[in-house]
Amino acid sequence: MSSNMIATRDAYGETLAELGAENGDIVALDADLSGSTKTGVFAKKFPERFFNMGIAEANMVGTAAGLAAVGKIPFVSTFAIFAVGRAWEQVRQSVAYPKANVKIVATHGGVTVGEDGGSHQSVEDIAIMRAVPNMTVIVPADGVETRGAIRAAAACKGPVYVRLGRNKVPTIFPPEHRFEIGKGCELRPGTDLTLVTTGLMTAPALAAAELLAKEGISARVVHIGTIKPLDQEIILKAARETGAIVTAEEHSIIGGLGGAVAELLGEEHPVPVRRVGVRDRFGTSGKAEELLKYFGLTPEDLAEAAREVLARKRV
Amino acid sequence: MKERIVELEEKARKLRVSIVKTLHKSQSGHTGGSLSAIDMITALYFQKMRHDPADPSWEGRDRFVLSKGHAAPALYVALAEAGYFPAEDLMMLRRLGSHLQGHPDSKSTPGVEVPTGSLGQGLSMAAGMALGLRLDGKENRVYALLGDGELQEGQVWEAAMAGGHYRLDNLCAMVDANALQIDGEVAKVMNVAPIADKFRAFGWNALEINGHDMAAIIDALELAEKVKGRPTVIVAHTVKGKGVSFFENKASYHGVPPSDEELPRALECLGCLED
Repeated sequence: MSSNMIATRDAYGETLAELGAENGDIVALDADLSGSTKTGVFAKKFPERFFNMGIAEANMVGTAAGLAAVGKIPFVSTFAIFAVGRAWEQVRQSVAYPKANVKIVATHGGVTVGEDGGSHQSVEDIAIMRAVPNMTVIVPADGVETRGAIRAAAACKGPVYVRLGRNKVPTIFPPEHRFEIGKGCELRPGTDLTLVTTGLMTAPALAAAELLAKEGISARVVHIGTIKPLDQEIILKAARETGAIVTAEEHSIIGGLGGAVAELLGEEHPVPVRRVGVRDRFGTSGKAEELLKYFGLTPEDLAEAAREVLARKRV
Repeated sequence: MKERIVELEEKARKLRVSIVKTLHKSQSGHTGGSLSAIDMITALYFQKMRHDPADPSWEGRDRFVLSKGHAAPALYVALAEAGYFPAEDLMMLRRLGSHLQGHPDSKSTPGVEVPTGSLGQGLSMAAGMALGLRLDGKENRVYALLGDGELQEGQVWEAAMAGGHYRLDNLCAMVDANALQIDGEVAKVMNVAPIADKFRAFGWNALEINGHDMAAIIDALELAEKVKGRPTVIVAHTVKGKGVSFFENKASYHGVPPSDEELPRALECLGCLED
């Protein structure tokens, strides 16, 4: 792991601006948060292709669908809670239903939004977007993967939801890493159990695997960058080979990565599963690190979940 | 021009017959709002809009968005008449496997630009199209047809704000103001008046016409095209169920198709006696 720290939203802003120079059809829309979502970087370079839609997310998403209908590739950004919450039915009807080529890149996902509190901490967006037909759902772990994900989103045809975070996070992937939609990656080999993680929980999972190794527990770490379509193969392989699964996400345990993995394993290869995430609660104000502790999302929490699932495996 | 108006009026009459027959066959769908909108749809598809039924994705076409998607039968009969698909297909409206969905679906039906049906979303999409076409320096125009009840959706006013802000003079909204919605009179359910003044306040050019006066519709569309620097809304006062006397001005016929017993009487009202 590199000590290089970058927020995924910053990687997005830079990549979107690069893409803007490469492809004249790329346009960006924001709802008065371009400084926070980093679409402002694009706006500065390509003001004629940037549309600030004001604090009106429903119309922003509909406008993006219209732009896509005449051949543009719109990137739509705001905080996850507003992109998915406020504009959900516009995403469903105007974007997903017609398979419009709209990329919804939401920042400030999860509880690490921090001080703004529960009103601004989206813990349901992955579940909601995953349930919408035609939608691809991507949750990158770091800056490198975000760059790849944004490029992949621009290159593929159809609706994509990308969930990004607010804070600086460690870089996990080497700069040459190639992101592919629908492909998970094994980041650490292991035989006793597998930590299946997404987004910003992948770095803590790697730390948890270190803690477990000191106890003689061999934990595999599989990062799932694309929640939908899910890389079923890598998860089933992990279940068959290690016999126990812990999922981890900065999201509700309902309907996100944990839900997707539990559904898959329940049908195809039942093994003990423990879902680490926000346990059906709203967020609250606090510092990001405090909140990760408060909601049980630290490497220590993951290691504890691993011990618990391992005990069940041995019964 | 006078002869052309007469031709268009006759076309609209023919399309009303087609709406009534289509809805009678499907026994499901929205009669009142289809009949109130058909004169405007006739003017667009058979006079004003540049389009090519043989090539639905022709780049030079003007765009139409039926934001009040429940009036899909009015759009479908016009598309069939124009030649986008065979008229026989109309008899499959709302059936499993048909390309004619209950509400417009761009993936299913040739000539449908974007899906609608969930009210309030069409004007945003139309504005997005207008922005994109302008960005490319194209002259194509974009038309959106909304219901007056639909104006209760907040998103319509977000789109109105954006249309004014971005000065989308290639965008023309039309409001089929038939004054009725499912639960009764628009003015009593949730008053949206004054419609034209609201749009004007958002920076639009606003015209008010009788939405069944073909010459007035054509004139308004011509006028809208000449106005630069702001979008135009045409508030068209209409009669729900127009053309079939016993459907007219009745909220109860919002989502009700003609029955077996009503069909011959409805066709008689429309001067169609052969059935």
